[in-house]
Amino acid sequence: MANLATEFLGIKSPNPFWLASAPPTDKAYNVVRAFQAGWGGVVWKTLGEDPPIVNVNGPRYGAVHGPDRRLLGFNNIELITDRPLEVNLREIKEVKRAWPDRALVVSLMVPCEERNWADILARVEETGADGVELNFGCPHGMSERGMGSAVGQVPEYIEMVARWCKAHTRMPVIVKLTPNITDIRYPARAAAKGGADAVSLINTVSSLMGVDLDRMAPVPTIDGKASHGGYCGPAVKPIALNMVAEIARDPATNGMPLSAIGGITTWRDAAEFMALGAGTVQVCTAAMTYGFRIVQEMIAGLSQWMDEKGYTSVSDFVGLAVPNVTDWQYLNLNYVTKARIDQELCIKCGRCHVVCEDTSHQAITRTVAGVRKFEVIDSECVGCNLCVSVCPVENCITMEALPPGATDPRTGLPVEAAYANWTTHPNNPMARVAAE
Amino acid sequence: MLVERSSAGRGGPASGPVEDRRIEFGELHPPLSAHEAHVEADRCYFCYDAPCTVACPTSIDIPLFIRQIATGNPKGAARTIFAENILGGMCGRVCPVETLCEEACVRMEAEGKPVKIGMLQRHATDHLIFAGEQPFARAAPTGRRVAVVGAGPAGLACAHRLALRGHEVVMFDARPRPGGLNEYGIAAYKTVDDFAQREVDFILSVGGITLEPGMALGRDFTLAELGEDFDAVFLGMGLAGVNALAAPGEAAPGVTDAVEWIARLRQAEDASAVPIAPRVAVIGGGMTAIDAAVQAKLLGAEEVTILYRRGRADMKASLWEQELAQTRGVTILEWAQPVQIIAGQSGAVEAIVVERTRIAGGRLVGTGAVVTIPVDMVFKAIGQTFVPEPLGAAAGIRLEGGRIAVDAERRTSAPGIWAGGDCVAGGQDLTVAAVEDGKVAAESIHRSLTGGAAP
Ligand SMILES: Cc1cc2nc3c(=O)[nH]c(=O)nc-3n(C[C@H](O)[C@H](O)[C@H](O)COP(=O)(O)OP(=O)(O)OC[C@H]3O[C@@H](n4cnc5c(N)ncnc54)[C@H](O)[C@@H]3O)c2cc1C
Ligand SMILES: Cc1cc2nc3c(=O)[nH]c(=O)nc-3n(C[C@H](O)[C@H](O)[C@H](O)COP(=O)(O)O)c2cc1C
Ligand code: SF4
Repeated sequence: MANLATEFLGIKSPNPFWLASAPPTDKAYNVVRAFQAGWGGVVWKTLGEDPPIVNVNGPRYGAVHGPDRRLLGFNNIELITDRPLEVNLREIKEVKRAWPDRALVVSLMVPCEERNWADILARVEETGADGVELNFGCPHGMSERGMGSAVGQVPEYIEMVARWCKAHTRMPVIVKLTPNITDIRYPARAAAKGGADAVSLINTVSSLMGVDLDRMAPVPTIDGKASHGGYCGPAVKPIALNMVAEIARDPATNGMPLSAIGGITTWRDAAEFMALGAGTVQVCTAAMTYGFRIVQEMIAGLSQWMDEKGYTSVSDFVGLAVPNVTDWQYLNLNYVTKARIDQELCIKCGRCHVVCEDTSHQAITRTVAGVRKFEVIDSECVGCNLCVSVCPVENCITMEALPPGATDPRTGLPVEAAYANWTTHPNNPMARVAAE
Repeated sequence: MLVERSSAGRGGPASGPVEDRRIEFGELHPPLSAHEAHVEADRCYFCYDAPCTVACPTSIDIPLFIRQIATGNPKGAARTIFAENILGGMCGRVCPVETLCEEACVRMEAEGKPVKIGMLQRHATDHLIFAGEQPFARAAPTGRRVAVVGAGPAGLACAHRLALRGHEVVMFDARPRPGGLNEYGIAAYKTVDDFAQREVDFILSVGGITLEPGMALGRDFTLAELGEDFDAVFLGMGLAGVNALAAPGEAAPGVTDAVEWIARLRQAEDASAVPIAPRVAVIGGGMTAIDAAVQAKLLGAEEVTILYRRGRADMKASLWEQELAQTRGVTILEWAQPVQIIAGQSGAVEAIVVERTRIAGGRLVGTGAVVTIPVDMVFKAIGQTFVPEPLGAAAGIRLEGGRIAVDAERRTSAPGIWAGGDCVAGGQDLTVAAVEDGKVAAESIHRSLTGGAAP
């Protein structure tokens, strides 16, 4: 079996699966159960200053379900820990001592003053914790007090706080980023500039889960009112993947250690984030949906896949997909695909036809020789993948690349073997090489 | 005549007179496609302390393996199954899941439609068995040798676990082929394509197990001899005897033991060469009765009637199996007890006389009403018995209700001898229960050989 042992900023863990800072890591009781179940590490629920914050006493979670109640998206308006600092620090110390082989990172959020950060860092250091994560991500409640995403949305603040923290502790410093920002690279670069050792992302995405049309109030409702919360779970994974990839391939932050968070539910999700450069992954919603035991599936699945691929340690594949993330302008415009419908598999629902007919390129028949039959009209097909996306039968419609030299019936032009992209395209007013 | 046999033979491939015709036993339930498996796996709730696992005699971590299928890791799923039940492939095919895991599934409570655990288990295990991959490696050799008598599910499970723990195993079986009832008893349509032997090959591929076929305890060797050559002995001999009907005429040609007939069918090169008659009566109410009846029908019998002396709810065969037989055109006649078998002029069976029964004062009694059913063949499926003679009296193995008495660790009363499967008292007479016995015994043997503390 492949070796899943991970070293991240010098912090060792038996596997790359950490629990994200959230209710699953709020108390020693939870964290010990997590370690017993096999989690490689935890980021303790965010600590703040005393007196502790208070949470609402009505519902703090909401969910989006699939038709069979599969939880697809999750929303919360919980704040940071509501337990006294002293209690948390004592438990952190006890747990770290009892579980020396697991990663234990402590999440922190205090007001934006150097003194406050210096004070809490000193107290965390005493616990023997492996590192700290600066929570600049929480989009609700804390941000209204000038903390959380209110800091995370201002790169200068991130840089400043990161620098303070590096100055006041020997522990590795991870900056946790909020996705509630236009371009994730700026806060990441600020973290790097401030000397942070790593970034972790994403925290939750600002969201409203729905509106109760009888009470005319968003849900979940607290005494007739609701406020926005933070969205997470499977639904946010594509957003998180993109943000991780953007940071991984940004020359300013390329190579900076990344801990990926956002919708990770299975070994495959984890492997995808790691292929995009994440050294560890963090999980919250999946654990809150199924319990800690799911880590067994993640561990078994990742090691099975690594064995099949011949990877012996996780560092063998971390970041391997990063070079293949590129800008649109560098995509090969000479790569021409056509949809192919496998008539053996086709169940004749006609969805491919109607979506292409109504919303795309009128490239799929509805009858052939008078009978209901769905075939691609190559002279119209632009290779967009819409039919593939909506077909209910897996692998019934596939995209096939035309070989170089073949004529594309849509354009009447031969398919060029050479790679060519937008930067040199004649239609591009900014084209670097003018048509000669 | 008592029953209207309206639908005899109609529509099935087996209608019409029995001719010399090759019969292929197709599978009743074809395996799930990858897509079907994913859709089905998605239905599992990954329950806490899952009731399905609790209901499984081998305690397979069912939600975990289903989740592994859902996440595209069917081989990992197979490994999860095999960790608890090395015969998980056969069990996925033959377990009466409707009374075990699937009956316990919370989806049963929710909507009466459990997750298809058996089918999913088969989907997963086929991935490893057909890839010919042995998922486990043996521990360092211990130098200890264990004899396993009987290569049925109990013996195979015990041998595999012992081999994993580093012991050397010699497995003796009286029959020419290993597998026990998997090979000779389980209905043909539940295990097509010689699956039983493929599974045996898969189990033996772990190494450290030597198979000695055609070697019968009590005939070719004795327990005392095993005691001299081996550090421990496991008995998984199944049930070699059958109950007698105690009805006059039982000896007439055409009256056959169902288990023996099925064994012939399972071993036949050409199933159509196995004797079958147009009108068949099967006496009994268990899985054997159902299997014999359904296979008789598939072979071409026109009228097949199961005669059971109590009500359908009392049958050991589950409701699901009863329905299976009925949809294949088998008639189930309950409250009917054979009292006589009538032979014709040729001496062969011609009819069976049954008396109707009822419960009176908590006891089964005859009502006096008697019916005669014309039949050409009678299968006895009224239970098997343990034959203790091969053990020899000298070993001093205590029996209980005619079978070997064992404790929770499957230790017999004789030191150094363990037993499990159908041959022990208090079991369920199921493949999966035999596997659990073998596994539990192997761990107990391992502890005793390595000086580990008992749990
Ligand atoms: C017709 C039929 C259908 C069944 N269908 C199902 C089903 O669908 N699902 C299910 O769960 N269960 C079913 N069962 C029950 C199931 O097959 C048994 O519970 C299971 O096989 C018991 O396993 P075992 O290892 O104890 O014994 P067996 O499978 O009987 O194996 C015992 C082995 O020991 C060997 N042996 C016996 N005596 C000696 C000796 N003296 N020396 C050496 N070797 C010896 C035998 O040759 C045999 O190979 C069925 C049983 C029958 C009869
Ligand atoms: C109920 C809840 C509470 C959370 N609390 C915190 C917190 O205190 N500190 C923090 O950094 N992130 C917090 N998060 C965000 C998670 O750590 C994580 O970044 C986010 O949920 C995305 O991961 P997921 O899709 O696996 O849930 C919380 C999330 C949830 C659902
Ligand atoms: S009881 Fe059913 S839903 Fe629950 S874990 Fe078992 S198979 Fe899944």
